[in-house]
Amino acid sequence: MTEDVAVVGVGIHPFGRHEGVTGLQMAAVAARRALADAGVRWEEVDFAAGGSDAGGNADTSVASLGLTGLPFINVKNGCATGGSALTTAHAMLVSGQAEVALVVGFDKHPPGAFNPLPEDWGIGSWYGETGLMLTTQFFAMKIQRYMAEHGITPSTLAKVASKAFANGSRNANAWRRKPLSEDEVLASKMVNHPLTQYMFCSPGEGAVALVLSRGARIGELARTPIYLRSVAFRTRRFGSFEVFSPSVPIESAPSATSEAAAAAFEQAGIEPKDVDVAQVQDTESGAEVMHMAETGLCEHGEQEALVQSGATGLGGRLPINTDGGCLANGEPIGASGLRQVHEVVLQLRGDAGDRQIPGPPRVGFTQVYGAPGVSACTVLTV
Amino acid sequence: MLDQREFIPVADDLIAGTAQEPELIGSRCRRCTTVTFPRQASCPRCTSEDVEERRLQRRGTLWTWTIQCFPPKSPPYAVASGDDFEPYGVGYVELAGEVRVEARLTEADPARLRIGMLMELTLIPAPGDSGAATFAFRPAEDDEEADR
Repeated sequence: MTEDVAVVGVGIHPFGRHEGVTGLQMAAVAARRALADAGVRWEEVDFAAGGSDAGGNADTSVASLGLTGLPFINVKNGCATGGSALTTAHAMLVSGQAEVALVVGFDKHPPGAFNPLPEDWGIGSWYGETGLMLTTQFFAMKIQRYMAEHGITPSTLAKVASKAFANGSRNANAWRRKPLSEDEVLASKMVNHPLTQYMFCSPGEGAVALVLSRGARIGELARTPIYLRSVAFRTRRFGSFEVFSPSVPIESAPSATSEAAAAAFEQAGIEPKDVDVAQVQDTESGAEVMHMAETGLCEHGEQEALVQSGATGLGGRLPINTDGGCLANGEPIGASGLRQVHEVVLQLRGDAGDRQIPGPPRVGFTQVYGAPGVSACTVLTV
Repeated sequence: MLDQREFIPVADDLIAGTAQEPELIGSRCRRCTTVTFPRQASCPRCTSEDVEERRLQRRGTLWTWTIQCFPPKSPPYAVASGDDFEPYGVGYVELAGEVRVEARLTEADPARLRIGMLMELTLIPAPGDSGAATFAFRPAEDDEEADR
């Protein structure tokens, strides 16, 4: 039987805009906070993994943490960077090759929409030149189709965003901390129909680090260990509708998210109905709605009633994106996946302060999604 | 305006036919019949390398759509300044039995777009000053009739 793996320390550098602070400096701050939270010295860490999309090489941060000679794997895997680093650390711990691991994710992006180059994604330059290479278009077209098929209304999209900003207002580390009403969200500038400005997250800055351990060391290190029951990572199959696709097959297949979530729940031996708190990728309102069902947390179409009734709010039956999600925290690509785990750890420990959900919650779930169709999911328990 | 007989495509191996009746160049797997666009050297479904060129149907139905309301960043967009930006439609058009193709739409008024409407392939000037043409879908003239 394999040993348990648990998160024994978490650290965050506030999300938002931090002029004069590099991504690597934010990573070092988050790492030191996670080590302090775990009560672990950097010299005791015997494996590390981490990365960013645009903030530099994670390994470089050891220059400020200390050159201890440990194996440090740099990860660059788009929105799944944090999930990939966590997958790697989990495997090292489970296989007995490490005892105390640190994972770190961070980023620093300029303002405005991302501008990836088609050539980097295996597509001709014409795709970008003619104005098709935008993640916002993809999410808009995916939710547009989804709304028609499953009866989701613009009001629900707006309520998702309004909830995110309400939660963000209770999170000192969030970027957008001003509550916005459903009407204010609906009345904001149209970006890509049916999604308005405040239904989208913005590329931003921030860093998160986690310290993990295994077996007997867990009890020595953590006051309240939060067990990482599973982490699953998947790429798209033929037939799934994914970002940056000049064409999509008519034959349909489950999304990368559906497959990663199913694998995570199966590995954990836990069912979606047992989840008390979830963080799902909400790069825009529609993504949260669709990911709720793709992960198995609800049925397709059930989101309309769940969101309208407030079930996904802090006091609801299934609180989602309790820290404000990407909408309130912004999207530093390398950091977002680990921010989700950071938040679930706080909620399960009962350390989430003003935004602590009642319960006490015992099971948490996280899901990230990114280009060109990758997803990483985790199941965590007390 | 585009020349009525000839045009310069925005990329090689993408658009064939004439300015009045353009055709998209896709590929079809000889083993599993999967159709892709643009043309690929291997099949994304069954991995076979036995694929042939296929000219795709010129008409289909709108599967989903959006309006691009802000100027894309350049690069990769061909136009650097967003000063005179005009919103444009984007959609996926389902070509029955083939594939769903992503394309610019000639229509940018959300009130005049709806899922399921009949669309037809056309050419529009590619963004920028290259003088090239790119493909787009326009609402088909007989759409009302088709949408019974």
